[in-house]
Amino acid sequence: MSTVAEKQVFSPPSCLKENIYHFCPGCHHGLIHRLVAEAIDFYGLAGAAVGVIGVGCGVFLYNYLAVDCCEAPHGRAPAVATGLKRVNPGAFIFTYQGDGDLAAIGTAEVIHAAARGENITVIFINNSIYGMTGGQMAPTTLPGQRTTTTPAGRKAPGDGYPVHVAELIATLPGSAYAARVSCHTPAHIRKARQAVRRAFTAQLEKKGFALVEFLSACPTNWGLTPEASLERIEREMIPAYPPGIFKDF
Amino acid sequence: MTEKILIKGSVALARGAIDAGCRCYFGYPITPQNDIPEFLSDALPKAGGVFIQAESELAAINMVLGAAAAGARAMTSSSGPGISLMQEGLSYLAGSELPAVVVNITRSGPGLGGIAPTQGDYHQATRGGGHGDYRLIVLAPDSAQEMYDLAGEAFNLAFRYRNPAMILADAILGQMKEPVVLHGACPAPEPAPWALSGAANRPPRLVKSLYLADGEMPVHNWKLYWKYEALKEKEVRVEVDCPPHCSLVVVAYGSCCRIARTAVDRAQRRGLAVGLIRPVTLFPFPEKEIRQAAERARRLLVVEMNTGQMVDDVRLACNGAGTVSFKGYPGGEVPTPDQIEAEIERVMKAGELRVCQR
Repeated sequence: MSTVAEKQVFSPPSCLKENIYHFCPGCHHGLIHRLVAEAIDFYGLAGAAVGVIGVGCGVFLYNYLAVDCCEAPHGRAPAVATGLKRVNPGAFIFTYQGDGDLAAIGTAEVIHAAARGENITVIFINNSIYGMTGGQMAPTTLPGQRTTTTPAGRKAPGDGYPVHVAELIATLPGSAYAARVSCHTPAHIRKARQAVRRAFTAQLEKKGFALVEFLSACPTNWGLTPEASLERIEREMIPAYPPGIFKDF
Repeated sequence: MTEKILIKGSVALARGAIDAGCRCYFGYPITPQNDIPEFLSDALPKAGGVFIQAESELAAINMVLGAAAAGARAMTSSSGPGISLMQEGLSYLAGSELPAVVVNITRSGPGLGGIAPTQGDYHQATRGGGHGDYRLIVLAPDSAQEMYDLAGEAFNLAFRYRNPAMILADAILGQMKEPVVLHGACPAPEPAPWALSGAANRPPRLVKSLYLADGEMPVHNWKLYWKYEALKEKEVRVEVDCPPHCSLVVVAYGSCCRIARTAVDRAQRRGLAVGLIRPVTLFPFPEKEIRQAAERARRLLVVEMNTGQMVDDVRLACNGAGTVSFKGYPGGEVPTPDQIEAEIERVMKAGELRVCQR
């Protein structure tokens, strides 16, 4: 009887726990968690990483990543990360924040962490809506987009124009890396993986503040199927939020 | 090695923090406490520590939270409006059971108010101040020496009970220069068992205050409650000077008590049977000592630089024993010893049996 030699060619990141995600079907948090976990594995940082988690659907990151974690008050993750990093410069400190957390209530904290050149890595999830609280308008909501607080669609001026975080961060001298990526196709996921690694490298090489903005789907609050959500990212979000690297050290 | 020098209260406090092992300060400028960050911006880096002037008090208290999560002895200082902005972070610190020291060199309010000495933040300090079911440990110095000593005490209590501690003082205590005995650096604190530094050779740690699962939150609330009960049992600090047979006891804290002390001394020298109680910890409050005084003297006079805040705690402590009078000096008005002495005399003569003179 002949045997076929088995060779493992693929496995999940070792720092990703086997818990079943609580996220809605079609949500991209799971994909993004995985990309962060892959980068932690790639650089061997499971024993040095501390995640600082903002308030929103991503708050349960610590249920999925086997690293030290700290909850931050809404929007304050970059300030909490600053405290952690300054006490322990050898630790690898990253924040994981949604668009309400980072681009509305926490705008001052992220801008000034970047302005100080704080040597931390920020993973920013832009799904153009408030997910955890049930679909209200975010600072990243697109013009005309219906949310539970813009029932007739977001109108600007008045309701406000979308905030372009990656470009904004790139203007600050203290930032080392700023990129926008998406994970709605395998090709985009490959680029996102490289961007996350690069944002990790920035911190490991002490280059300063690094941010990766993810375009992300929220099928539940968009009122779309997971498949239609991918189409919306391609058709509406990509033109409004062009992917790209706006600063690279 | 001890050393006696003449310094401002604010500097004494900053030096006390460094001697207690504080190596992290995060703050935002506000009058009348700027001597503290100005001193520490020079002294902390020299001591191998971290000083950051944050973009706001919101950021400052959350940098404190991050440093505390890393196991460090971290502090911030501010005044009224800035302390209001820090309430969110204080609630999270208490909920996450992280130790930290917050200094409030008070100014009058509400709103922008004024910068003169006042005690209008008593309720905010002693009731927790932020959202949720928690308390701060609150220490009220009355001298430059205590600004130094209680900075260390605040760190020790905060770390022993894993709860934020506040030092409540004012511009008199911050600005006046007095001789202070410095005790030198304390031994390096033990590594914090909650410290987040990367999960090398141990399971990952989590610092959090979110409890969504059924039944989790009440368990956490009762855990905090029993911590505050232990503080009440073991950590009350109070100065009691009640001569036998005294028929009136003055209750005051902080700089107001320095003035009341002069008035009480004079009254005692004139043969009046008057005593003095000074709560040093405002939480835990010296309930037992105040009740005993009320049972013996039957009459208490609470003097505060506000319109009446600690007087509520005095009444609760008395629980009907004796009569509680109040004299208030709000909005930056500082009483003279003569004024307080006159009030002592008035209350004693009147045998006043109701609360008045708001």
